[in-house]
Amino acid sequence: MVLARSEVARSRRPRPARGTAVRLGLMALPLAFFALFFAYPVVAIVGRGLKDGGQWQLARFGAVLGDPDVVQVLWFTVWQAAASTALTLLIALPGAYVFARFDFPGKQLLRAVVAVPFVLPTVVVGSAFLALVGRGGLLDELWGLRLDTSVWAILLAHVFFNYAVVVRTVGGLWGQLDPRQEEAARVLGAGRFEAWRRVTLPALGPAVAAAALMVFLFTFTSFGVVQILGGPTFSTLEVEIYRQTADFLDLPTAAVLTLIQFAAVLGVLALHAWTVRRRESALRLVAPSRTAHRPRGRGQWTLLWGTLAVITVLLIAPLVVLVERSFAGPDGYGAVFYTSLRSAASADSTFTVAPLDALWNSLAYAAAATAIALVVGGLAAAALTLPRLRRGPSGRTPLAGRFVRGFDALLMLPLGVSAVTVGFGFLISLDAPPLDLRASWWLVPLAQALVGVPFVVRTMLPVLRAIDGRLREAAAVLGASPWRVWREVDLPMVRRALLIAAGFAFAVSLGEFGATVFIARPDQPTLPVAVARLLGRAGELNYGQAMALSTVLMVVCAGALLVLERLRPADHSGEF
Amino acid sequence: MSITSRITVSAVAAAVGIAALAACGTPGGGADAKTVTLVSHDSFNVSKSVLAAFEKESGYKVKILKGGDAGKAVNQAILSKGNPQGDVFFGIDNTLLSRGLNEGVFSPYEAKGLANVPAGLQLDKGEHRVTPLDYGDICVNYDRGYFARHKTAPPKTFDDLLKPRYKGLLVTENSATSSPGLAFQLGTIAKYGQDGWQDYWKKLKANGVEVVDGWEQAYYERFSGSAAGKGKGDKPLVVSYASSPPVEVLGKKPAPEEAPTGVATGTCFRQIEFGGLLKGAKNEKGGKALLDFLVSKEFQEDVPLKMFVNPARKDAKVPELFTKYGAAIDKPTTLPPATITKNREQWIKQWSSLVLK
Repeated sequence: MVLARSEVARSRRPRPARGTAVRLGLMALPLAFFALFFAYPVVAIVGRGLKDGGQWQLARFGAVLGDPDVVQVLWFTVWQAAASTALTLLIALPGAYVFARFDFPGKQLLRAVVAVPFVLPTVVVGSAFLALVGRGGLLDELWGLRLDTSVWAILLAHVFFNYAVVVRTVGGLWGQLDPRQEEAARVLGAGRFEAWRRVTLPALGPAVAAAALMVFLFTFTSFGVVQILGGPTFSTLEVEIYRQTADFLDLPTAAVLTLIQFAAVLGVLALHAWTVRRRESALRLVAPSRTAHRPRGRGQWTLLWGTLAVITVLLIAPLVVLVERSFAGPDGYGAVFYTSLRSAASADSTFTVAPLDALWNSLAYAAAATAIALVVGGLAAAALTLPRLRRGPSGRTPLAGRFVRGFDALLMLPLGVSAVTVGFGFLISLDAPPLDLRASWWLVPLAQALVGVPFVVRTMLPVLRAIDGRLREAAAVLGASPWRVWREVDLPMVRRALLIAAGFAFAVSLGEFGATVFIARPDQPTLPVAVARLLGRAGELNYGQAMALSTVLMVVCAGALLVLERLRPADHSGEF
Repeated sequence: MSITSRITVSAVAAAVGIAALAACGTPGGGADAKTVTLVSHDSFNVSKSVLAAFEKESGYKVKILKGGDAGKAVNQAILSKGNPQGDVFFGIDNTLLSRGLNEGVFSPYEAKGLANVPAGLQLDKGEHRVTPLDYGDICVNYDRGYFARHKTAPPKTFDDLLKPRYKGLLVTENSATSSPGLAFQLGTIAKYGQDGWQDYWKKLKANGVEVVDGWEQAYYERFSGSAAGKGKGDKPLVVSYASSPPVEVLGKKPAPEEAPTGVATGTCFRQIEFGGLLKGAKNEKGGKALLDFLVSKEFQEDVPLKMFVNPARKDAKVPELFTKYGAAIDKPTTLPPATITKNREQWIKQWSSLVLK
């Protein structure tokens, strides 16, 4: 959700170009970070699959792509992503409108609540849906209704996950569109629908496209949800990469699939970048508080209540059932699963440590990952904010501009590249001095920071770009030292964005599963890893503990989000 | 110096500091000579007292790293070969053995006490790269109550499972994701041969076999005979372990005459689990001592009630629970590890398109 609206706020002309050296200096560390902890491990694992005796075996592409099972997986991956995206738009666009245009009590809280699923770990979402629509789940007990063997459970879980992406990306912009433009069209004789179609829709179009592409990207690479709800029959590319690597050790097939996914993700990101640039067209934006009003008339009230009902059933119900199951002990309701989380390994426990220790591990990892993501992402955002390289008086070439854009896209790649590949890549590539990190505590935060960086960049960019350079110059002219200029001009404006970026990086790190599951040391599991392992074990206690741990994780993530919601500037047009 | 570059410099300095910190982060223990590290799968378990006795006697502290289910743990060991995460690996079974041996994950070591392990279990006899540590059988289990209520005899053999009276009663696991599921498939291959097993599964599918992803799901959620499933399951036949019936009795007071579930003894496939010294182990000496301990009578007698498999050592005492409620499997099916490794992936793929699609 951060990603799409990033550049709406930018309204000023860029300052004339400064030295390339500064830009390179800023880029050096992010580039080194991505080269070492992203490109190198991924290339290593892919190379191991595609190289034989030093020779690249590109014929393997043909062999893998000729396999009808692989074709089936590819088809299902694309199909379910497209279906999930369509369903999410269908369900969430009315919600976006409601949040943008209506005022109602509890709106701020609800806004935060619908965002909770987005930061929840996929394993928690999977188990929440199992508790709702799975075998022996709530609906099964009530009406014998089960969806866990059909594709519907996957699609609904994807809607659950991505509802907030649409509400925030589209709704955020919608709330800032000046309604008077539509009114003007109507005064000029356009019908209500006509006015909406000719005025609002074109303005929203790019935001809808960007949101759709983000949802497509997230569902295209879906792992945990499909893993838990897909059963033996449904498999996405990401799940197949995991199976080929972890179950069959078929690295060539996994490598080919990784590259296919990589190409597809690049395509989606390129499209996304293109829609973002298209949105730079001049829009008349106003403060959202000026456009929202209490619902009027029956139609609007129906829409509001309908949206609330959808949110209740689709977003809140799975979470409530999750919490309910965490308290449903063998002898009635109680905190028995929670108290048992504290006790260290019993005779037949899954862990050598108390499950609750996973909470402290998770918090420590996430804090370190956040610090890394802030530094790397902050530097990258600063580099991207420097005056854009354009053809013109300064004589810059478009080549440099393309380089910057490439850098921009590079920062987004970790969101789409198989986390499984990254995890395995870490395992096999970072194992020799001077980078023998395999036993190091830092391995997990480094991997988690990879996913946090894109969020930091997308949060910081619009704010950094919005700072008027003339303020700095004025301050300098008035005799302020460079340090003082930074402290008095930049810092106050950036601080809030930094905190929000930190919050997001933190939440995302807390929930990261795909890569962490491979590299977290077995005696130091994170919360999502612990949940997945508990879910994989039999017995009521394990299941109950999984639900309890999921609840703890959910509360921590939701808490972080609620804090963010308070930090979100009321009238700010920028990020989420 | 311009403002921007000033900011740049301080930010880069801070970042480099963090990166440096990351680069020389603490190497996570386990490399010192006093600690010996055992890498295994999630099912590994040992009594605290037994382990403590070894630690006291040998002077080593044992660290246990569990890495997912058996297949994933083995694959992780293969991926990190030469620079392993620990010193000894426990839990590579005969379905994965050749892969591990071909990849050269293990260093040869002849553990003390190996003479007490029957020759039939020693699949790497000449070279001692791995040591047999336990064995168990994967068989169809049945719910005695169900068949008593329906006045039907439970099935005994693979052939029986195709009979119309057992239509729609069996739940098994996905061969691709579950080792009992794969073992059951391998059992049918051993029984009907490489030419006949697909035909058998076509008939089994026609007879309504259901497939779920994992053993937990099959046994606890679908099987009607598991006490922990609280009778919610609706399938009286499940692919599980020969040791599952004793587990159903475990802790029951008073002890019943017979276990509530039984084993179709003509459907069994034998799994043998091995351990080995990892090549490149940092504490090779400790690893050898640990391997000796795993073959020792103390550990072997602890195995049945901790992991619900049979000890490899023939002189290890097996608890009454096993002798009284367990089934005697005389002629389990089995396949040579090399044959399994050669065909494994192809068999699983064929099985998937045959049964799941």
